[in-house]
Amino acid sequence: MNNDSIITVKHLYKQFGSFTANKDLNFEVKRGEIFGFLGANGAGKTTTMKILCGLSKPTSGEVTVAGFDVYQDTEKIKRNIGYMSQKFSLYEDLSVIENIVFYGGIYGLGYKEIMRSAKEMLTGLGIWDIRKKVIADLPLGWKQKLAFSLAMLHKPSIIFLDEPTGGVDPVTRRQFWDMIYAAAETGITIFVTTHYMDEAEYCDRVSIMVDGVIVALDSPQQLKAQYQVKTMDEVFLKLARAKTETTNQNQSAL
Amino acid sequence: MKSFLGFVKKEFYHIFRDKRTILILFGIPIVQIMIFGYVVTNELKDMHIAFLDYSHDEVTHQITDKIISSEFYISDGLLENTDEIDAAFKRGKIHEVVVFESNFQEKLMKTGTAEIQIISDASDANTSSQLVSHTSAIILSYVNELNNDNSLPVKINTNTRMFYNESLKGVYLFVPGTIVLILMLISAIMTSISITREKEEGTMETLLVSPLRPTQIIFGKVMPYMVLALINAITILLLGYFVFGLPLQGSLLLLSLETFLFITLALALGILFSTIASSQLVAMFISMFGLLLPTLILSDFIFPIENMPKILQYFTLLIPPRWFLVILKSIMLKGAGFSYVWKETLILVIMTITLFIVSIRKFKSRLE
Repeated sequence: MNNDSIITVKHLYKQFGSFTANKDLNFEVKRGEIFGFLGANGAGKTTTMKILCGLSKPTSGEVTVAGFDVYQDTEKIKRNIGYMSQKFSLYEDLSVIENIVFYGGIYGLGYKEIMRSAKEMLTGLGIWDIRKKVIADLPLGWKQKLAFSLAMLHKPSIIFLDEPTGGVDPVTRRQFWDMIYAAAETGITIFVTTHYMDEAEYCDRVSIMVDGVIVALDSPQQLKAQYQVKTMDEVFLKLARAKTETTNQNQSAL
Repeated sequence: MKSFLGFVKKEFYHIFRDKRTILILFGIPIVQIMIFGYVVTNELKDMHIAFLDYSHDEVTHQITDKIISSEFYISDGLLENTDEIDAAFKRGKIHEVVVFESNFQEKLMKTGTAEIQIISDASDANTSSQLVSHTSAIILSYVNELNNDNSLPVKINTNTRMFYNESLKGVYLFVPGTIVLILMLISAIMTSISITREKEEGTMETLLVSPLRPTQIIFGKVMPYMVLALINAITILLLGYFVFGLPLQGSLLLLSLETFLFITLALALGILFSTIASSQLVAMFISMFGLLLPTLILSDFIFPIENMPKILQYFTLLIPPRWFLVILKSIMLKGAGFSYVWKETLILVIMTITLFIVSIRKFKSRLE
């Protein structure tokens, strides 16, 4: 295994009954990179993400995350990854600090350690003064930033972001990407799924998945050059359309 | 372990910060026991009573007068024969009939004992039992008066018959019944709602990707409700004891252990429902219809099982509250020990284990 790759996926298949959600996936994610994982709804992104997070086992194939095998070491994988979803996963009825203490607690951090990180984190975000406010009273943008910081509380080596900017205004989205860059600077690997193709441009490399198959994987610049278009949006549309047409042809051939 | 305790603490925050949850947890049990205690148990007033006097002597007339003079009763006069008793009850006008045997006074004076039969319409079990005990008390006080004057003590045997409901189901049953109902609802509804809430709000994903094991998550969610359900059980018992004078005949320890078992079972049911339900609302409805109605109707709480159609009777065997109610009644009302309730306990243990295995499996398979 290449020392530089933190996620390795080889010939990953995932089947639910007769339905194949992931077909022969092969990719590597390098340490410290921002990896965009794109695909339409139902393309199989979530299935792959669940496997990488240790929530679900592949039907076949080799998958290692942070150097651990997804069949054997899900426990160790879970300790080494952070996760943030579109819903931010904060408890609305708990205060900022209570949320932090809770999350630190489930990762087995000591109280003193949690409080030290909390102070650092909240001062950094500029919300130390309102740490006793309940989450429900915070604006969406703050919740998002807090959720991201929380996902990094236990110092994971990879962080999975599942459509992290859904429902947030463009300015806040831009600020959020600044946070992602800052995190990547410190060596954390970012694995992000998104619907926004402009965000795909921010990634170091992106993969595009259509119907359970990865149809493209490269840097945004390379992909745009390859398909001779100006934006990632066009790349995505071209790929998705091409794939759909092949399936249609296959069906008519049958 | 530390992360587990943090989890439980968080769960308590949820409970104590939500006024509705607090209300459901503590308001409903108290209101319910009060309703069952005061409203369902009718007050004795204007109870129609009739007499069937085969003797017509001084003593029977005195007793009749004494009963009628009580503020509770309205006399509907005399009946002629036993056939009229049933007819009178069926017309629904009469609540109680007092029957004096023939040669009442003569027997009482010569042998020192005589028989009075009190027949009451026990289709309303609570009223009926109060009525009977009140009549018996009047008769007893009459006997006491007689014995004060007499040197030779006499005795009147009261022989009670409850028409339509011989075993008098329902008497004092409301306290055990309410305990069963409340424990079932609180434990199952609250756990299923709190788990589906995590799913709905997306926090469950975070818990699942964390190093917490699924079993830890489940027990962390369940633990606080177990504590609260136990507090509820104690509250109801105390209310029953102090407000309604319901004695606890059997062992408190045994009662506590059995209650603990039943709560565990109800919690397992709650987890199972949460794996089926997609939202809090659905969880609530499943719990309501899946639990409230069967508990009310099929557990022997309100409707006696032996009066049900055979098919329904077999069906009640599957209803956990039915078995727990037997245990509760035996311990609380009859003072029975473990040797009397071990069969029911065993059934509950098997049900609990099965439910836990099924619900944890289902919970885990939902992750896929």
